[in-house]
Amino acid sequence: MFDKIFVPKKIILPNGKVVLEKRSYTPLILLILLIATIFSVHITGFSMEVIVKRIKEFFVILDQMIPPNWEYTPKLWQPLMDTIKMSLLGSALGAIVALPVAILASSNIIKSSIVVSIVKLLLSILRTLPTLVSALIATFIFGLGTMAGTVAIFLFTIAYVAKLLYEQIENANMDAYEAMESIGLTRIQAFRYAIFPQVLPNYLSTSLFCFEGNVRYASILGYVGAGGIGLLLSEGIGWRNYANVGIILLMLAITVFIIENLSEHFRKKLV
Amino acid sequence: MNAIEKQLLSEKKNYQYITWIFVIVFVLFIWSLSAIQLNNMGTSGLTIAKNIITGILHPDLDLLFNITEKGVAYLLIETMAIAFLGTIIGAILAIPLAFLSASNVVPKPLAFVTKILLIGIRTIPAIIYGLMFIRVTGPGPFAGVLTMSLISIGMLSKLYADVIEDLDTSVLESMTSIGCTMFEKIRYGIIPQLLAMFLSIVIYRFDMNLRDASVLGLVGAGGIGAPLIFAMRSYRWEEVGSILIGLVLLILIVEFISNKIRNKLVRGY
Repeated sequence: MFDKIFVPKKIILPNGKVVLEKRSYTPLILLILLIATIFSVHITGFSMEVIVKRIKEFFVILDQMIPPNWEYTPKLWQPLMDTIKMSLLGSALGAIVALPVAILASSNIIKSSIVVSIVKLLLSILRTLPTLVSALIATFIFGLGTMAGTVAIFLFTIAYVAKLLYEQIENANMDAYEAMESIGLTRIQAFRYAIFPQVLPNYLSTSLFCFEGNVRYASILGYVGAGGIGLLLSEGIGWRNYANVGIILLMLAITVFIIENLSEHFRKKLV
Repeated sequence: MNAIEKQLLSEKKNYQYITWIFVIVFVLFIWSLSAIQLNNMGTSGLTIAKNIITGILHPDLDLLFNITEKGVAYLLIETMAIAFLGTIIGAILAIPLAFLSASNVVPKPLAFVTKILLIGIRTIPAIIYGLMFIRVTGPGPFAGVLTMSLISIGMLSKLYADVIEDLDTSVLESMTSIGCTMFEKIRYGIIPQLLAMFLSIVIYRFDMNLRDASVLGLVGAGGIGAPLIFAMRSYRWEEVGSILIGLVLLILIVEFISNKIRNKLVRGY
């Protein structure tokens, strides 16, 4: 269709042959982007004036965060540990449950295409649901506290790890699996001895990576009442006690940094 | 015993190391079990769970197909507008920062300082920026746009910088040798190498921003999150159902399209 509106340029080569040079898509894409930008500016009420006038408020807040309120630290340990516990438990359980789910979603192990596509669809729905939203729903069911956060992280971990794992399983080398089936092993046994060793390092590494990300998520889940340090964070901001917010963010950054480095160390060993 | 078996047996076995790791992980696991508290749940939890599921299965169709400013469609468009504008602003502002943090372009100390700054920007969760920007612009989608821009800068600069550090400099050397000017080197040597990767990164970030933008409404920064949390707080599960269906569909569609475009950009098919 594009070629009909913008007719390709004809070039006659010295030997008399005619070649067509297709027009570039770039101007069209730029035009679409420009229209979308103007439209978005209109919808969101974006105005440069407000930014220029009031952006200093942002730095006022940042300025009040420094120096952080060190005396607040002793009160932080318990919620911080809660946050780590939530993400650890959610990730561990999620990673364990993800294994059978991933097997159900891999088209080379499960022959029924209906099962495979239903499980895949459920996994992508679960993955698109933002963690904060599932945490919010969980607080209605399990009450306020760490349980809701654990459930939200658990669900997200299943979706994330299972997706990466079934891609691994589908790309795994099937020769050994077929050989084992042909000598009479059941499909589960053949999976255990032929496919599982192939995907194990990646499975563990993905789970660790997911745990890393979950610590970050868990830190804000408290905002909707799902336990952990996020509760103190939203309190601090609500009361405009920015020195407290500063120390919480600092502690969070240090925790995330330590956990990321630990997990990176083990992930490098695995792969 | 043949050669293969000998080789297998001679391989170093670090059972002790693995056992220790297992013990430590197990102890941590037991320690974290205290996060499970079922005493808050009570009997109402199960009824609410049932209501939620019926609500999601019987969505409020009026709201879902409503095209006025209160309908799901408009809210989704607003969410997309926030994510889009945030991504565009972030993508443009991230370019200079990325060059400043690439260690093969600027001196090492400067690159290090910029990298630390970017790590600082990335550690603060989006919601916190949202709450801070609400103090600047007041609640509404504008605060969301600023938040999206800032977190996009944090991540895009890092990914851009990785691409810049992988730049193939032999092309530039050969262009120098045939007498190209600085401008020609940038236009024909650097931009073609970077553009496709940059675009792919930006599209990926748009995908992520869309998810984040849907959550930002929870703090009042515009988008579909605010109606979602209001509907939940007042137990109108049919509305929650229709909003969630709209949101999940939109994210799935955008993810599908963005994967297609990125594959085409990076691999050419």
